[in-house]
Amino acid sequence: MNPFDYSFMVRALLAAVFTGFAAPAVGTYLVQRRMALMGDGIGHIAVTGVGLGLLTGQSPVWAAVVVTVLGAVLIELVRERGRTSGDVALALIFYGGIAGGVVVVGLAGGSAQTLENYLFGSITTVSVGDVWTVVGLAAAVIAVSVSFAPQFFAVCQDEEYARVAGLNVRAYSIAISVMAAVSVTVAMRTVGLLMVSALMVVPVATAQQVSRGFKATMAIAMVVGAAASIAGVLTSFYVNVSPGGTIVLLALAVFVATWPVAGLLRYRRERRAPFEAVTRLPHLAVPESHQHEHGADCGHSAVPHGDHIDYVHEGHRHAVHGDHYDEH
Amino acid sequence: MTGPTPVVEIRDGTISLSGRPVLRGIDLSIRRGEVVAILGSNGSGKTTLVRGLIGLLPWSRGEVRLFGRPLTRFRDWSRVGYVPQRTSAASGVPSTVTEVVSSGRLSRRRTLRRLGPADRTAVRSAIQAVGLDDRRHDVVGHLSGGQQQRVLIARALAGQPELFVLDEPNAGVDYQNQVGLAETLRPLVDAGSTVLFVLHELGPLAKLIDRAVVIRDGRIAYDGPPPAQAGRDDHHDHHIEGSRPDRVPIQSSALRTGPLPGWDGEWAP
Repeated sequence: MNPFDYSFMVRALLAAVFTGFAAPAVGTYLVQRRMALMGDGIGHIAVTGVGLGLLTGQSPVWAAVVVTVLGAVLIELVRERGRTSGDVALALIFYGGIAGGVVVVGLAGGSAQTLENYLFGSITTVSVGDVWTVVGLAAAVIAVSVSFAPQFFAVCQDEEYARVAGLNVRAYSIAISVMAAVSVTVAMRTVGLLMVSALMVVPVATAQQVSRGFKATMAIAMVVGAAASIAGVLTSFYVNVSPGGTIVLLALAVFVATWPVAGLLRYRRERRAPFEAVTRLPHLAVPESHQHEHGADCGHSAVPHGDHIDYVHEGHRHAVHGDHYDEH
Repeated sequence: MTGPTPVVEIRDGTISLSGRPVLRGIDLSIRRGEVVAILGSNGSGKTTLVRGLIGLLPWSRGEVRLFGRPLTRFRDWSRVGYVPQRTSAASGVPSTVTEVVSSGRLSRRRTLRRLGPADRTAVRSAIQAVGLDDRRHDVVGHLSGGQQQRVLIARALAGQPELFVLDEPNAGVDYQNQVGLAETLRPLVDAGSTVLFVLHELGPLAKLIDRAVVIRDGRIAYDGPPPAQAGRDDHHDHHIEGSRPDRVPIQSSALRTGPLPGWDGEWAP
């Protein structure tokens, strides 16, 4: 049974690959701004869009794009007003979105099954028109988030600094929110609205365990996202399970798998962190006769300490001093 | 008007927050090459003044000019280097020292252009100037507080600005790191940059400062030379020379410098 023999699978895989790259790209900026759950909120709002699409007989994807983009701009303006009340205001927008969606879908005569396809993703219902919409929008999101990376990075990292550097912070912030909205709508066909946020956040969380920089985090997250999406769609072809849930579980599995690696990296980093430089240490020679010579390959950790090196020897810190070692 | 254009010029400046005028009738002119400390207690309006000056807060009245241009029409932001008050330069996603400092070139780069060789050189030499060259590929969040602050200074340096604005660089920084900060900024001052500090106390930076402006209750209470020269000789900072001033817990004391005229801030007797 070759999945590529079925045109619906080809469409689903195409949608999944582009979604898998786009969602973590935007997700990296959201995590950087400490707004990791923004995607989840937009997912709620998208339900209203889907409902309106069904009610008016328009494409639910395009209706969701319009509604979520409006919602994202609104969220951004609320956030800009002040952080304290922003939290509650966001919750109001989110719940208004999902409640409105459930009611409107009902009015449109949609069944629970219709709604479920959007909430949990469904690879068999992706139409040809949907695929081109998804691929086009996702490609646009990827292109914008990569080409304006220095600006977005500055705005997410330190908003006030970015403003003094002459950047139009509001425009870039709104752009990030709009990209998040677009990613949510493109991902809803494969991952589903309830789990779309996971595809934006989990690959980033995985990447930042092992990476050392922002660009590297984004690149690794995009690869993890795309790989999980492809694997998830293929799995749901062979086993009758929801693609959304499978994609998210696979992404989480990668996160768990990298955990020990991250622990090892952290352990090595902490062990090699320089000891604090203190000006004058009381002279304290190693009392017993010291049998071997410390050096590059003596097997003891060499740790910088101010202007010299300490060797960690059985819980002691030995520093060379003339013909003997000092306790540091 | 006579003489060269002042770098900063404020006439009758007023800033209101939520309708309350918190900064009133500010007249301030800073010439090229001056090193000025804006002093005041918490809530005096010193940070408000500086934030207004760099366009982060709107002025409700008065005339404000940067490099001779009205602030509302000022676009040449590469001439201003801002070091915000921050105890940490870390953020949600790990970023390297080089990545954060590279943001300092944004005011000079055209959108959609990649970092050119000139940008890379400026970023590298800014990191070298603050003594973090060996940490340039490290994650900012893994550095100590004093080193993170130096990253933010390097970011401002990378833009090669003419006016530096540092908001409370000594806040939450121990005495030895304050000495380190003064040493980092010394070449900048010697090169003739205009520097504007917001400070709670002068501390080791006193040696760099030409002029002190004291804000009290939203007005300028004093504008003149920094306090007593005597304060400059009793710092005993010779004992840390040659060491790497980092995280050594010797607290700075406000009592090291005498009170200023017109000052009744927190450290007055």
